[in-house]
Parts: sequence; structure tokens; C-alpha cells
Amino acid sequence: MMSGSMTDGTEMKTAASPSDCAIELRGIVKRFPGVVANDGINLKINRGEIHCLLGENGAGKTTLMRILYGLYQPDAGEILLTGVPTKIRSPKDALVHRIGMVHQHFRLVPTLTAAENIILGLDEGTGPFLNIRKVRAKINKIANAYGLAVDPQAKIWQLSVGQQQRVEIIKALYRDADILIMDEPTSVLTPQEVDQLFSTLRTLVDDGLTIIFITHKLDEVMEVSDRVTVLRKGKVVGTQLTSETDKPSLAKLMVGREVVFRVEKTPVHRGDKLLEVTELHALNDRGLPALRGMSFDLYEGEILGVAGVSGNGQKELAEVLTGLRHATRGRVMLAGKNVTNHSARKIAAAGVAHVPTERITMGTVPNMSIRENLVLKSYRYPPVSHGMFIDYRYAKQMAQQAMKEYQIIAPSDETAVKLLSGGNIQRLVLARELSGDPRLIVAAHPTYGLDVGATEQIRQILLQQRDRGAGILLISEDLEEVMTLSDRIMVMFQGGVMGIVDGAAAKIEEIGLMMAGEKQGVSASAQSTNAKVA
Amino acid sequence: MLKVLTPKWLKIERRPVPSGGVIFLVSIIAIVAALLVAAIFFAAYGVSPISAYRSIIGGALGNWSGISETLRRMIPLLLCGIGLTIAFRALFWNIGADGQLLLGAVAATGVALFSGLPGPLLLPAMFFAGFSAGALWGVIPAVLKVKLGINDVITTLMMNYIALYVVLWLIHGPWRGPSMRGYAYTDMFPPAARIPVIGQSHVHWPTLVLGIVLAVIMYIFLNRTRGGFEIRVVGENPHAARFSGISELKTIAIVMVLSGGLAGLAGVGEVAGVHYQLLDPTQISMGYGYTAIIVAWLARKNPLAVIITSFFFGVLMAGGDVIKVNLGLPFQLIHVFNGLIMFFLIGSELFMNYKISIRRQ
Repeated sequence: MMSGSMTDGTEMKTAASPSDCAIELRGIVKRFPGVVANDGINLKINRGEIHCLLGENGAGKTTLMRILYGLYQPDAGEILLTGVPTKIRSPKDALVHRIGMVHQHFRLVPTLTAAENIILGLDEGTGPFLNIRKVRAKINKIANAYGLAVDPQAKIWQLSVGQQQRVEIIKALYRDADILIMDEPTSVLTPQEVDQLFSTLRTLVDDGLTIIFITHKLDEVMEVSDRVTVLRKGKVVGTQLTSETDKPSLAKLMVGREVVFRVEKTPVHRGDKLLEVTELHALNDRGLPALRGMSFDLYEGEILGVAGVSGNGQKELAEVLTGLRHATRGRVMLAGKNVTNHSARKIAAAGVAHVPTERITMGTVPNMSIRENLVLKSYRYPPVSHGMFIDYRYAKQMAQQAMKEYQIIAPSDETAVKLLSGGNIQRLVLARELSGDPRLIVAAHPTYGLDVGATEQIRQILLQQRDRGAGILLISEDLEEVMTLSDRIMVMFQGGVMGIVDGAAAKIEEIGLMMAGEKQGVSASAQSTNAKVA
Repeated sequence: MLKVLTPKWLKIERRPVPSGGVIFLVSIIAIVAALLVAAIFFAAYGVSPISAYRSIIGGALGNWSGISETLRRMIPLLLCGIGLTIAFRALFWNIGADGQLLLGAVAATGVALFSGLPGPLLLPAMFFAGFSAGALWGVIPAVLKVKLGINDVITTLMMNYIALYVVLWLIHGPWRGPSMRGYAYTDMFPPAARIPVIGQSHVHWPTLVLGIVLAVIMYIFLNRTRGGFEIRVVGENPHAARFSGISELKTIAIVMVLSGGLAGLAGVGEVAGVHYQLLDPTQISMGYGYTAIIVAWLARKNPLAVIITSFFFGVLMAGGDVIKVNLGLPFQLIHVFNGLIMFFLIGSELFMNYKISIRRQ
């Protein structure tokens, strides 16, 4: 396999020309209930290139690649492999056409060894017997050729995330993949592991492989790709040679030029200082630093938007502020009171509402009724409960009122939440979190994955809360949303604040650059904006 | 996955919320299927399955001595089963009801023989001690799971063996009754430490009444109180529980205090209502704690339904004695039966959650 693909590679290199198209996608459409994930996508991938698919969460990158890998069937459109229309019905089909995919969340069996995982599903050996020596030899050959050092006999659970990813890549190469799809491969890696991965990818394309690299990180696009295609809301908005573009213009393409939503927004009436965060530090789930000395203030009656590429500490920030994650250092003051590392229950009782990122897995109990989900936080206090008993009759009234007020559409308040649409679920979460008029609302990706109507409605609700005098921390990867709603915009990068700019005066290029970690020229204007607003 | 494996003419659709009728029907079909497969075993022993089932039903329900045997078996299944519905609701896999039952029996025996309490206080003290001991035995795996992430199935199961050997050690060692002529039993309980029974039977009715009352109370607790709400939220979605500020440790600890405590009460009933002494663990429990898992599962984790399902398994166990005596079949056939019912119950969940129909082209 090795020698074969290597000669292939050199031939390909010499024969490389614009017409040498490995994959062509024509008019791919994929609909899911309530959303069009891919809306007529045309895309050409040349042989021997690293082609980045860039886009925000929900832009349709992963869906498109799952179609190419046979996990989904497109509703319309066709796939051409080296010019031949091909139906890819399953991952097995994809492998026959030498397409391999490394998923964002690995598909490995933790208790099996690396070698066992690599050959899973293959027929290696004679009859019922496995020729493990031959398998190991082949793995080592691949590993040595591409710098994918991994011990074939180590069990997966013993390996670091970076090593597990190498196993996934070897798994694809072992099956003779010559097109490799990498879905956000760096999201789980340390910077050193990222460097190593990139050098592996370069060796692979030197050998003639084609790599499709899904990401939403601009830095990575610039560093690793030959060409880049930007997706937005299920559509291709442009394909460019990486050498002929730069980060600001990619950022602009990614988030969109025009502002689709025109939201009627009253001028900001800032009240007292509500939240004061000083030198906040926290770790992520893997025990690595996620927040590194964040400091900012939030006032009553304003929306502070948090922009940033996902994975730069936004999730951890929301969790620390709402009592779900421990701060290792620093201080959080809520209306003059120190609430650092108070329990989630105490912080909620102090008037902090949380609209979580994972609205279904975290914000609701899918098997329980709308009624019970609506009292998920208020059940401990009167009038919802008296003594040890919950007053379900009162809860029913409350639920019916909330359903009317927030337009949660369902047959009854006893309907299980898992039967509701995304928009209804988010309105339910908002109805619960906003009852009792919280002082601070931490809203993470409040409109992510929702359709236009629901998005509009939820934005209106947030604005109403702001006008009522609540302080809102709006975390969103939808830059357009941040820019439309926020009175001030804070950009996070690697767990720190890159700058805080005035919402009305902010330029998308400026924010895009800060999102990419460039502080230059921005910090000065942010300070002046800060001074001006304060 | 399912889609890949099914032939084209079969259509499998997810049933979002199975209705009560569907659950009942599917459960009945599962039991009938288990009865049909068990028939093969009866036939293998050269006994007509029909006459076997007839003698099980007739023996367990046909006369007072049968009914009293059924009720006697039902009592520990009822108490353990209620406790297990609570644990299973919180997604805590308590396989240790048997050990918790034995510990309850040990504590009750200790109070009955060695406390020196005056007569009227003796039984209440025994029930209290039995509940506490079972609760303690249950809370240990709860803390181990929440604090250290140790698998609850393994700890609860293993603690059954510890409980079993504690009982063996006591009856062979320090608690061996001086009046038992060297046999491995404790002395008999004083009359004030014995639970009243109906007539000459082993039906210690106060425990049965206690069980039925507790089934109702636990049903209300689960569905109407804050504590029950927290248990259901933890079981349905631990992330949402954490999000809404519910303490997992506290909730799981309460669950296992109740679950273990109820099994402990069952142990009190066995020593104070049936045997009047502590004896070999296999004679005290006869696997009640394990059978109760099936009881709770068949009740679909509903404490009220445990009243019915524990009665059903009481019939099976009493029927097992009958087929042993009347048809010369081994009592272990009942275990085969239990296993088959569990097998078909778990298998039947697919049919509860999915609607399967034949596609017409």
C-alpha cells in the first residue's frame, strides 16, 4: 500500500493541474426538520491539496462531509469522484472509494488496543486466525512514514487524545484512504500536538493524498491549507487560494457582510455596576487552563456580547459565573457581593439566570413534562412548593401561563419536552430562566440552530430583559448576532480578554482580528471606548 | 445502526412516549413469551406444561395454605421491590438488596436477643435498627459511586457477599445460640420480638400492611414531593440536575438510604415474622433481593405497581414449592423462569419504544 500510494503521489504531483479534480460536489441539499443544513452546495476538491472548509458552528460543514462519507444521503445533488458520478451509501462505500474520515469525536473502542481498533471490521489473516504480526508491521510502516508514532499494543484508554487521533488517522490510511476528511481535528489537541498534526498532514499531501480539513479557526486555515472554501448558513460563500487571502477577509466571509436582522434597539440606559470579574482563572474539563486572568465589568441594563472562536474559554466563563465550574483564582462580584465559587443553587437564588449552550442535555430533562421542566429551578421555593410537597396544580397554572407568554407550542403542559422543536425548547428554557426577573442573564448561544422566526423572537426577549434593567452576558459564535444585540463587545482569545469595543462602532474586521488573537491597535481603541462609555 | 440491519419491508419507527396501554400489553406479552419458553423445560422433564402451570396456579392460589405461602414470599419482594424502584429511578443500579436485607436481619436479631429493651419497645426498635442497617449498607456504594466514580453494580453486588459472610460468621461464632445444641443458629427470639402472624401461617401481616402503606407513600414521595422530583431529575438527566443546583451526592445518598432501608425492613420481617432466629443466609433470603430486581423492572419502576408484581412473583415462588412436592421437579426451575421473564422484559423494551410495522410497497 505504502509504495503504491507513494508512486501514485509523485505521478499526481507532476500531473497536478486545475482540472485534476478528486471530488466534485454538485448542488448538494440536505434538510433536517426545521433547518436546511446544506443548501445547494457546489465544491471542487483538487487532488493533492489541503482544502479547508471554514464556517461557523451550524454552517453545514460537518453535514456536508458526512454526506461525502456516506453517513447521510443528500436530498438533492450529486457527488463526482474523479469526474464519475458516484453514490456513497455508507462509510463502507466511502472506504471502497478510498475516502476516510477522522471524526471530531473519535470512534474508538477504549478497552481494545490500538492495533485491534485499526483492524476492526477488516478481515486480516487466514480463516478465523488473525495475523497480528503482519498487522503490526503494516501499522509501523504507516506510522514511520508519516510521523504517527503510536504503540500498536497500547490500549486506547491509556493513550492521550493526540495519540488517539493518530490511531484514527492510521485507521484510515490502513484502509488505503487517499482522501482524508478531518473534522475539527485540533479542537482537542494541545498546541504541540497541533504542530505535529500539521506536519503529518503535509507529509501526507506530499505523498499525493488529498485532505479536507474542517475548521472554524482562521489561524489554522492560514497555516495549513492550500485552498479554502467558506460556508455560511448552508451555502458556499466563496472559495479562495489561501495564498491570495488573509484573515480579515475570511472573517468577513465567514460571518457575512450584510446584517440580516434589523433589530429595533432602544438606546442603552446603563445602571449600576452589576458584575465585576477580576483576574479570573479556571481549568477546562481536561484540566488545562481555560480562563487565564479574565477581567471585565458588566452593568445593569446593558448587553455585553462575548465574541470569540469556540474553545477559547467562553463555555468555562459561563460555567464559572453560574456556579457550575470552580474558579482556581480570581474573584466574581455580583452587585457588590463576592459570589466566587458559590454553588449553582446559591448563585441562581442571587438572581443569575443561565441559558446554557447545551440546551437539551443540560437545560432540560427531555423525558419529563413541560410543566416539570418549567419548575426545574423554582420547585424548591414557595409558591411552587410548600414544605416537602410540590404544588402541581400551581405548577400547571404557571406552566400554562408561561406557554402562552413565551409561545411554547405543545398539546398540553404535560407533553414531554423531547417532543418539542428546538425553538420551543429554547423558549421553554428562557421562560424558566427569566421567571422571577433575574438581575444577570448569562446566555450562551441562545439562537444556535434555531430557525429565523425563533431567532428573532429570542433576540426580542433578550432586548426586553435588557430594557427592564437586567445585565446580559451574551456569548455567541454568531458574530452577526453579537454585533446586532450588544451594547459592548468583548473578544475572548485563549482564555483572556483581547479587548472590549463599543457595539455600535465595532467593525467586523477589527473583531475578526481580535478573535484570531491579534491585539495590536485594538487595545488602545478598546481602552478609549471603555473610558468613553464609563 | 438499526436502519442498516433491517430489511426493506420492515418499518421501525420510534414511539416518542409509550402509552400506559402499550407498556401493559408489552409486559403481558413478555410474560406469556417467558411462560411458553419455560414450557420447553417442563416438557424436557416429561411433565406436561399445562398440568405444570395448573399445579403452580392451583398450588399457590387454590387454597389458604397456598395463598399464605404466596403472601409470605410476597412480603420481602414487596419491600425490596419498592426500594429498587426508587434506586432505578435515580439510575442507581442497586443489585445489593439481598445484602441489605441480610444486614437488616442481623440488626433486628441483635436488638431482639441482646438489647434488653422492654417488650413493647422491642419490635419498633427492631424495625428501626433493621432499616438503619440496610440503609447504611446501601449508602456505602452510593458514596463510593458519587465521590470516587466506582461502579455501583459491582459494589452493591460484592457487598451482598460481605453481608452473607457476616451472617455466617455470626451464627457460627459469637451469636451461635447456647440452646441450639451446637447447630449454627442463634437462640429463638423472645415472644415480644415476634411479629404477629395470621393463624398458623407464616404471613406476618403487619409487615405486609407496612409494605403496602410504604408503596403508596413512596409513590407519593416520587411524584409529589421535592425530594422525589430531585431523584427523577438526577435519574433522567444528571447534567440538568447539576445545572439546576441539585446535589447528586445528597440525592443518591437519600435514594440508597431508602432503597437499602426498605430491603433492611424485609430482613426484619424474615427473622421476626418467619424464622424467629438468625440462620443460614440462604434460608433467610432465598434470593429475594435478586428476584426483587425483576419485580421492580416489571413494575416499570413504579412503586404502586410493585404491589401487583411482587404478588405475581410470590405466586411463582410458592408455585415452585408445589411443583417440587407434587411433580418432583427441582425448585430451581423457578429461577429459570425468573431469568426468562427478565430476558423477555428487557427484550420487550424495544417494542415499547419502537413501533414496528410491515411496509407495503
